[in-house]
Amino acid sequence: MIDAKIPTGDLADKWSNYKDNAKLINPANRKKLDIIVVGTGLAGSSCAATLAEQGYNVLSFCFQDSARRAHSVAAQGGVNAAKNYKNDGDSVYRMFYDTIKGGDFRSREANVYRLAECSLALIDQAVAQGVPFAREYAGYLANRSFGGVQVSRTFYARGQTGQQLMIGAYQALMRQVSLGKVKMYTRHEMLDLVVVEGKARGIITRNLETGELESYAANAVVLATGGYGKVYYLSTLAMGCNTSAIWRAHKKGAFMSGVSWIQFHPTCLPQIGETQSKLTLMSESLRNDGRIWVPKKMGDERVLNDIPEDERDYYLERRYPAFGNLSPRDISSRAAKERIDAGCGIGPMKNAVCLDFSKAIKEQGRDKIEEKYGNLFRMYEKINGVDAYKEPMLISPAAHFTMGGLWVDYELMTTIPGLFALGEANFSDHGANRLGANSLLQSCVDGYFIAPYTIPNYLSENLKSEKITTDHPAFIEATNNVKEKLNKLLSSSGHLSADHFHKTLGKLLYDKCGLSRSKASLEQAILEIRALKESFDNELNITGDYQVNSELEKAGRVSDFLELGELMCYDALQREESCGAHFREEYQTPDGEAIRNDDDFCYVSAWKWKGESEQPELHKENLIFETVKLAVRSYK
Amino acid sequence: MKLYLKIWRQEHRKVKGNMVSYEVDGISVHMSFLEMLDLLNERLLRQGERVIEFDHDCREGICGTCGMMINGRAHGPLSGTTTCQLHMRSFKDGQTVYIEPFRGAAFPILRDLKIDRSAFDHIIQAGGYISVSTGQAPESNSIPIAHEVTEAAFDAAACIGCGACVAVCKNSSAALFTSAKISHLALLPQGKIESAERVIQMVNQMDKEGFGHCSNTEACEVECPQQISVLHIARMNYQYNKALILIDRNAKS
Repeated sequence: MIDAKIPTGDLADKWSNYKDNAKLINPANRKKLDIIVVGTGLAGSSCAATLAEQGYNVLSFCFQDSARRAHSVAAQGGVNAAKNYKNDGDSVYRMFYDTIKGGDFRSREANVYRLAECSLALIDQAVAQGVPFAREYAGYLANRSFGGVQVSRTFYARGQTGQQLMIGAYQALMRQVSLGKVKMYTRHEMLDLVVVEGKARGIITRNLETGELESYAANAVVLATGGYGKVYYLSTLAMGCNTSAIWRAHKKGAFMSGVSWIQFHPTCLPQIGETQSKLTLMSESLRNDGRIWVPKKMGDERVLNDIPEDERDYYLERRYPAFGNLSPRDISSRAAKERIDAGCGIGPMKNAVCLDFSKAIKEQGRDKIEEKYGNLFRMYEKINGVDAYKEPMLISPAAHFTMGGLWVDYELMTTIPGLFALGEANFSDHGANRLGANSLLQSCVDGYFIAPYTIPNYLSENLKSEKITTDHPAFIEATNNVKEKLNKLLSSSGHLSADHFHKTLGKLLYDKCGLSRSKASLEQAILEIRALKESFDNELNITGDYQVNSELEKAGRVSDFLELGELMCYDALQREESCGAHFREEYQTPDGEAIRNDDDFCYVSAWKWKGESEQPELHKENLIFETVKLAVRSYK
Repeated sequence: MKLYLKIWRQEHRKVKGNMVSYEVDGISVHMSFLEMLDLLNERLLRQGERVIEFDHDCREGICGTCGMMINGRAHGPLSGTTTCQLHMRSFKDGQTVYIEPFRGAAFPILRDLKIDRSAFDHIIQAGGYISVSTGQAPESNSIPIAHEVTEAAFDAAACIGCGACVAVCKNSSAALFTSAKISHLALLPQGKIESAERVIQMVNQMDKEGFGHCSNTEACEVECPQQISVLHIARMNYQYNKALILIDRNAKS
């Protein structure tokens, strides 16, 4: 049983108690301490900037050509905060409860409460940085509503909230670079974690331009490297999103949690061909006015507009009358898959459902719909060449967000002392299903407000520890291992591309460890992944040299995805219940609803790596609910 | 459909590159432009050749990573569109397509179509921020900002930093990029206080990086995927001159 080190006291006082008692470091000593932050998305940039403001020396790394490009930039909808500006009954407690319930009671009370509590300061911080959140005409901040809640607590900047928060954090980071407190390393990919005497003390990176391997030592290492949803190949993620940093830390001893909890976003553009690389997300806000349906008849080949009203199945309105088209993401995605599997899917690959605005246009007028969603309709037309004012959009669920990640305690520290994980890279706050507009929040809160308290608390106890430089044997050994692995990849001379393996793995996981899973499908997937790994080892083809080489980068990431994919299956296999995004076919009611099992599975999995050919070892963190009562999550 | 491609190939920063011809068939009109290049790369790989290196990441038009000159136009023939959002239905079967990197003295080529845009980061480092540290912020509604002011600031803040403005400019000027950031921050009450120092430092940095001056051809606005207005350049020039006078006067008094 592992201990999350949750502070004592009432739920509402825990974070204050922690901060009151956390140890501090004298400003004169801070400049003697180096902290590595990997990743420059919202969590990484905000953490690096804030630590630098406090006086630490920060080394910041990203694989992109600029810190501003991390995939936080793509978040559309908004960021939640319990400001209660609408006077509609919102509060820190209510936001906490909505998040716990939305996560299907598989997250830690204390973490979630802290997330809601810190949401207030985040909005203040972002506004002060110049983030242009939407405003009412009187000049005050505007809010909107999002799936799974009954209050308006979402702050937004058109459909580009992630981009604007990202630019705010990026600028804060650039300010610290100009002040000399952050040393920035772009086009650097972390390829290993260096552990000395059980503590995280540095990283090995590859310079993606020159190909050189470089070593960096520090007093603590922060991984803010995002989620691993790209494991499915087709997803809403950026092409470069990967698991390599957290996976290599996992292989050095950091436990992984909730690995199979992956959110599929219900409103994405469907796959229409084998060469497709990306499933673009269409904002969830469309579901406020769009109605989702499929033809009642299997394999209906008629033009969609010709299908009469009584031959359409508005399956969300039918199954979940209370929430209808605004049912939570996991439920909406699964309902779409159920209809598609039943043979009622539409589109060239029969893998989509309709999102229909005809009723809304009739009722509100085209102008109103254009004002609300004009940019999304334009984007749809750009990608598909179809005018969605005239015919329904085709949408489909796509892999989107990983609730799982590195296990962290209340201080966001992994099982390796001195190694912290922030944002989507950790598992902490969303349980088995994330609510919309909570991911921007979590990454920012982790980086601006939590890690800057907990990292100094850790460092204060390690002030006297020996100064380690990159000459230490642990760095030499790690460098050699990385070099060996890269050389092996570079000398591959098979006939299949890294993308081929990635696509095969993605398809396999989507079918067997995706929106729904079963014991049989998961056991089968594990066997198939092992065979795929063997094929990868023998049949991979890479051309080019050690300098700029995107094929080499991809191959390294795919090799980690293959190992991660296997762990996802083990994780899904051991959890013999259905909760949130994890739907085990064996555990459902006769009408297809999830059956959670709180008696046996009210815990978070925490997996320990045991070696290449060994099964991973399961540890557990029991979830203790002191404040909320576990309840069945119903949206009917 | 089938295309005849002529693509810039270059080994690294220090050597010269040249255009190389490729024929690609089996292209579907539904493919994105980058997926068409993926297809070509998959074939090059099979033939044992080094793939064409190009930058790309989100493939949904917001990260600003991708960008190439396509038949002489930054991000290709469509307006308000990044390279990743361009689809093959914008091309004709049998067409010849020239693909080159975004060029500019301040944008060295790393390999093929990959370029180094860190000069943009340096311009932001010179003052493209509001100097507020975590913890200093006042209650967010204590600074009311008129709806239209926020919207105008947003229009400028929407820049994705792709570099199309530089690539299309005959002077390789970064005026649109720099002025968009200056406008974004100067329009907001939070950003006004530092605006004089900011504009001077950022403009000076832009010059130092080797970008040229603006001669008002307005090609940048035409090619900008976010359709950022050249009026920001006018505002930047006005603010720059105003700041020079103010700072000069402050120094004397």
